[in-house]
Amino acid sequence: MSPLAHNAPRPLATPPEIIRNFCIIAHIDHGKSTLADRMLQVTGVVDQRQMRAQYLDRMDIERERGITIKSQAVRMPWALEDEDEKQSTFVLNMIDTPGHVDFTYEVSRSLAACEGAILLVDAAQGIEAQTLANLYLAMENDLTIIPVLNKIDLPAAQPEKYAAELAGLIGCDPSEVMHVSGKTGQGVPELLDRVVRDLPAPVGDADAPARAMIFDSVYDTYRGVVTYVRVVDGTLSPREKIAMMSTKATHELLEIGVISPEPKASEGLGVGEVGYLITGVKDVRQSKVGDTVTSAQRMATKSIGGYKDPRPMVFSGLYPIDGSDYPTLRDALDKLKLNDAALVYEPETSVALGFGFRVGFLGMLHLEIVRERLEREFNLELISTLPNVEYRVQLEDGSEVHVTNPSEFPSGKIGAVTEPIVRSTILAPSEYIGAIMELCQSRRGSLRGMDYLSEERVEMRYTLPLAEIVFDFFDALKSKTRGYASFEYEPDGEQDAQLVKVDVLLQGDQVDAFSSIVHKDKAYAYGVMMAGKLKDLIPRQQYEVPIQAAIGSRVIARETIRAIRKDVLAKCYGGDISRKRKLLEKQKEGKKRMKMVGTVEIPQEAFIAALSQDGGGAEKPKK
Amino acid sequence: MPALPTGDPVPADGALPSSALATIADTEFALYLHVPFCRVRCGYCDFNTYTKPELGGHGATIDTFADAAIAEMDVAQDVLTAGGANPPAVSTIFIGGGTPTMLPAADLVRMVAAARERWGFADNIEITTEANPDTITPEIAVELAAGGFTRVSLGMQSAVPSVLATLERTHDPANVATALRACRAAGLAVSLDLIYGTPGETLGQWRMSLEEAIDLEPDHLSAYALTIEEGTKMGAQVKRGQLPTPDDDDEADKYELASELLMDAGYEWYEISNWSRGPATQCRHNLGYWRGVNWWGIGPGAHSHVGGVRWWNVKHPAAYASRLAQGLSPAHSREVLTAEQRSDEDILLGVRLAQGYPIASLPHKGRGAIAPLIGDGLIGGRAALRGSIVLTQRGRLLADTVVHHLING
Repeated sequence: MSPLAHNAPRPLATPPEIIRNFCIIAHIDHGKSTLADRMLQVTGVVDQRQMRAQYLDRMDIERERGITIKSQAVRMPWALEDEDEKQSTFVLNMIDTPGHVDFTYEVSRSLAACEGAILLVDAAQGIEAQTLANLYLAMENDLTIIPVLNKIDLPAAQPEKYAAELAGLIGCDPSEVMHVSGKTGQGVPELLDRVVRDLPAPVGDADAPARAMIFDSVYDTYRGVVTYVRVVDGTLSPREKIAMMSTKATHELLEIGVISPEPKASEGLGVGEVGYLITGVKDVRQSKVGDTVTSAQRMATKSIGGYKDPRPMVFSGLYPIDGSDYPTLRDALDKLKLNDAALVYEPETSVALGFGFRVGFLGMLHLEIVRERLEREFNLELISTLPNVEYRVQLEDGSEVHVTNPSEFPSGKIGAVTEPIVRSTILAPSEYIGAIMELCQSRRGSLRGMDYLSEERVEMRYTLPLAEIVFDFFDALKSKTRGYASFEYEPDGEQDAQLVKVDVLLQGDQVDAFSSIVHKDKAYAYGVMMAGKLKDLIPRQQYEVPIQAAIGSRVIARETIRAIRKDVLAKCYGGDISRKRKLLEKQKEGKKRMKMVGTVEIPQEAFIAALSQDGGGAEKPKK
Repeated sequence: MPALPTGDPVPADGALPSSALATIADTEFALYLHVPFCRVRCGYCDFNTYTKPELGGHGATIDTFADAAIAEMDVAQDVLTAGGANPPAVSTIFIGGGTPTMLPAADLVRMVAAARERWGFADNIEITTEANPDTITPEIAVELAAGGFTRVSLGMQSAVPSVLATLERTHDPANVATALRACRAAGLAVSLDLIYGTPGETLGQWRMSLEEAIDLEPDHLSAYALTIEEGTKMGAQVKRGQLPTPDDDDEADKYELASELLMDAGYEWYEISNWSRGPATQCRHNLGYWRGVNWWGIGPGAHSHVGGVRWWNVKHPAAYASRLAQGLSPAHSREVLTAEQRSDEDILLGVRLAQGYPIASLPHKGRGAIAPLIGDGLIGGRAALRGSIVLTQRGRLLADTVVHHLING
């Protein structure tokens, strides 16, 4: 076992028998990036001097949030001595996987590019629901699992306890669970040895027409779309045109290569190898995750399979706070789309918020990330409406409407309404079972099953309406379990539900941005909450402003903003003038941010505050 | 007390840009003198004022204040001379505080005389001092009148002992009448200052204060809603919930009551918070602020305005005295107003006056707001037809809204 960076096997000249493709399955803060960095270091592909913390996570937002959005693949040489002390050389491809449930599909494609996975669990915390979800996916893909406890150097580490838990989950002996520390490097070389020994080599037909699976596709400002592939059969070489099997579109291959850890062009990629392609296309939609790349001259007949279009699950209206930023927002979304095949949007107009877009997201984290990137990278200030899911509404005449914006919910007589549901898994200490059941019940959940992972830890499985978890479910769960519960979900079809649209009216005018589709049992509470919130947020106007919440024409809650009678500053003498003018100037600025709804002036801040969820709510992983 | 506004630095000698001095000969020239001393600090007060223990005997104290103020007049004169500016004779002087009458009357008179030596006085000059009712004796009133004073503004605030107690005003209510009579006997015009909206004050108590003030037949009355300022003792008490937050609606009721009773008693409003027996008894000095005249503010923390430049002095009497001792301008910082800022100020100040603001001077977008403002009952329709913006009673209470629309449309 020694670093081999200088005389490592070259791409295209690497027999599949010496290749090992693996990924690391881990919860967000269980130390995956640190371990990956350590691997880059011990294999010699990055020396100490170049070592930059968490090499694999490239985007700022990822680094700040400690999550990995986009996967990448690094090629590392590794030598292993056999019993006769004979050294053999191997090539390890480490494929990074997104760690969050919003990106389940991307995870599944990354897993499909591997033969094995390192299951990495914090020795002080045990497995989390998200990891469990990805572990299921890996086992479903028949990946060989190497269980590893990380952060073994921590004083709070409980290796015995969690080794038993892991062994129970994957059906191995606790002694087979490795102990490492990404931080100190302890156990990392042994882990790489184990990868070589335990993981099967990739298998493919070198002489068949080329087939490579796209497991990631990233837009780069300078190079256009960079597509990450795992070759299954045949070879890809820089001299030939390639074709995408889902669309039959053909592209020149401008560059092909491997990442180690910087991109290096190569003469091609052979069976089992992992690398990147650059074709000059500018939009990731032309290079879709899950699609099969083949040779345009010698096309394969059968795709690798598993490809599906990403489907948005959560919708929200995004509006620029300054209406004149609308074109910037449109351009920004167009740019983000290049890098995010799952992002869908269409223009929409709100009486209250002006021109904006209804944007579909994979989940709440995806929403948060997109919003944050729009604000940060494009310097936009945005209002997002309350997130909602997609409903199907049967009308009396038998036709059906898909509703992604609550204000479009049909009025009048309607038949059945269908909402998406999810299958979720919650892992928590068993003492919180009662609290979790109570929460899930209040969110219209139904318990599907419950298992004890150990004496103290329980896995609970619930079916929940997606709409009930996009709100503030994760925060509520965290607070009810003192932060100990973890949660993951996946789409699980639809169900009929008794849903109604609650509208909010100011002085009789409906404010579309505040309409919401809620369960009929919760409509009253929503109406009272929203009317109360607006009463506190909207400044007093010259005239009394009634606030009503209504289902159709039936008013379910009512508040009144009393008319303002006095705003004048009584004293305005020599020393007060500068202060007073400054207030006026500030007010001028604030006025630009006023929205008129009918005759009611509403400050942007009131909109933002009214639309922000109680408890600060998005489904975002927090440390 | 309020922080000074943020502004640009001022040259050490206080020199003004030539643009500010260009029109000085054609513009009324006034002086303000700030006397930053009080015997005790009232809980609501956020003015730049200090009690004896707070000063600790440093800097400009009661004994040395007049000399420091006169030294600043020299700095002012140097700035004007250096800029080749020749202001007209002083039209009004106002001495405020603090409690100006903490100074011996002789010092007040001496400061006024020093101003006269430097700039001369207009024939009909108005010279006012604020005074605590406890500090005015017939002798002092005579001394002030002999020294050129024409007017005294007495801090009555309320006629109700419990309200005065909440305000921490220590004067004896009976002294208001005594002081007023002393001033009047000396030939001084008298104004009374009243405060409404003190926490706990009822509408009936406010009526009592108004009636008592009216009975004293002052020449002039000011009535201010109590403003709770951050950083004051009362601000902290309200924050802690020890005193109720003043309620805008209650203050509106009290303003309307004042407006009604004062009008019935023959007083005319000429500015939102000011009433007088007639044009002759209006406070011309304060009118100058609202009309944008030039004035030089003398004293710690005093604000000045000359030709679109506003500046303010360092606040603490020690810093103030030390600057002057070094022959430096005590100005802390300043702002040179843009044309837009000058126009905004012109409107926000001018609209406060009963004489009205000329529609012809409004920016274009503000004119569009006139019709809706008339419709909402905030400005007078007849006056608008005659070319002026004049606030209605409802409009006086919502003047900020009116100004906002006149500026921004």
